[in-house]
Amino acid sequence: MKRALQTTLLYGLLCVGVVLTLLPLLWMVSASLMPSGEANAIPPRLLPSHVTFEHYRDLFTRLNLGRYTLNSVYLATTITSIAVLLNAMAGYAFAKLPFRGRDRTFQLLLAALVIPGQVSTLPLFLMLKGFGLVNTYWGVVIPGMASIFGIFLVRQYAQSIPDSILDAARIDGAGELRIFRSFVLVLCLPVLVTLGIFTFLGVWNDFLWPLIVLTDRDLYTLPVALANLVGEHVQDTELMMAGAVLTVLPVLVLFVALQRYYLAGIMAGSVKE
Amino acid sequence: MQRDQTGDRSRESGVEGSNAADAHLPSPVSRLPSSLRPGFWFALPALAVIAAFFVVPVAAALLLSFTDFDIYAIADVRTLRLTWGANYVRLIHDPRFWTALKNTAYFVVVGGPLSVATSLAAAMLLNTRMLRFKGFFRTVFFLPVVTTLVAVAVVWRYLYHPRFGLLNYGLAWLGFQPVDWLGDPRWAMPAIILMAVWKNFGFNMIILIAGLQSIPERYYEAARLDGAGGARQFRYITLPLLAPTFFFVTIMTMIGYFQLFAEPYVMTQGGPADATLSLVLLMYEEGFRWWNLGFATAVAFALFAIILTATLLQFGVSRLRAQPGG
Repeated sequence: MKRALQTTLLYGLLCVGVVLTLLPLLWMVSASLMPSGEANAIPPRLLPSHVTFEHYRDLFTRLNLGRYTLNSVYLATTITSIAVLLNAMAGYAFAKLPFRGRDRTFQLLLAALVIPGQVSTLPLFLMLKGFGLVNTYWGVVIPGMASIFGIFLVRQYAQSIPDSILDAARIDGAGELRIFRSFVLVLCLPVLVTLGIFTFLGVWNDFLWPLIVLTDRDLYTLPVALANLVGEHVQDTELMMAGAVLTVLPVLVLFVALQRYYLAGIMAGSVKE
Repeated sequence: MQRDQTGDRSRESGVEGSNAADAHLPSPVSRLPSSLRPGFWFALPALAVIAAFFVVPVAAALLLSFTDFDIYAIADVRTLRLTWGANYVRLIHDPRFWTALKNTAYFVVVGGPLSVATSLAAAMLLNTRMLRFKGFFRTVFFLPVVTTLVAVAVVWRYLYHPRFGLLNYGLAWLGFQPVDWLGDPRWAMPAIILMAVWKNFGFNMIILIAGLQSIPERYYEAARLDGAGGARQFRYITLPLLAPTFFFVTIMTMIGYFQLFAEPYVMTQGGPADATLSLVLLMYEEGFRWWNLGFATAVAFALFAIILTATLLQFGVSRLRAQPGG
């Protein structure tokens, strides 16, 4: 009897949690499909009276959101590919390839993790302005090409590569680049996928930096464009919701498809001791 | 350093190396000639990026904060003057800085513990042994974490709408008066906290679940045999053994919450009446709206100093607690 009560309570609480967690997201999708004006009805509607895709059409035709989507995809894929490669190389070196001052450098990197990113924002902007990179894609790409967290993540994983494999390859006459390409990248694939998802989601969701660097409308990423739309079309609730769906949906799909790797990455990142 | 020397020495004795050197060699790579030392070249690109686009700007920020760098200096660097501590003196006398600090502290002190408590509750529910569909619940609770902050802030703005919003509708149904969530200076920060808890609790939940799973089941079995109830098991087994994970989660949440920016930027622009103006938002406004970069970098360094102090305090407190009888 007591057991049954506990079970009911447990599932009851969890279901309330699921409803509260999903409600904002489901309402976002539902409101994006409502005819204009219906999201501002009293009493509020949960579902559209009839489903319409006019707001999505509006976004792509009148408001140029296709362009912003492409910008986001382009930036996220570019930064992810470069960052995964550079962090993989450095992480592997810090795990397996000794060089002068290596361990001290790594300790310094870890210590630098306590500096909040915002501190570097203003001078970084001036630097990139000096190079003529403000208001270009490169202004967003360059600072994201490597990260301390990424190096740390790969290093943790690469330490488990058996030395015997690397040695055997060396004895067979393989060069270090060849070993990296044919063995290290393959053996580290799980952590590289994890790092790739982290980087992609981080770039896709980032707001402060693209907001600062990209001033030309044609270069806007989705979050910047969306924040800008809010300023101009604040009354148009359904349209805003369609824009929000478009921004959020790709990352949600990516996460659900690859969540195993993503969650593994969080655990690895949290086990610092 | 030491490894390199052993590497150099063993090079003289041929590729095979001596057995003595072998004993503390982490990998035979160090037996390669120093000119080939590939590790350095592998690490170089990433380190160069981090040095050029993180370390140098941070150092530059510190220098800038001692100057009067403003919009005139952007046009012509020669107008730049060294003003030493003037920006920091101005900071201390700026009422908006204290407002921003108070608001940020409010967000950290109220929002942080609320977030961690929600994560812990969710983690404990999901860690129940007999629970089915664990993966489903876990995925659902995690979804808000990966969503784009700007997009969900737009959604929550409408949920908080005083007339049309679902939240007030639900409250009215329960018999409460409508609240002007984002328009009332008393409610704007609680509204932002509520959204932040919703958005973030899934992240810590995952880490806490991992922590809970590392507690051996036999401790609970022994406690049950001794007649300890759920509350006492939680107090004497779960809490102490979860402490390291819990500590990690608390610190990371605190550091993250000090950097509050996008939520007020999109939802309230720092208003009403500066009630949600955060330190990073102040830095952004001073730096990129008014181009007072000298003053803005001083705000950034003040924030850094505050975060560092708070983190060290947390470490101090946890060390005191860890001592026997503490």
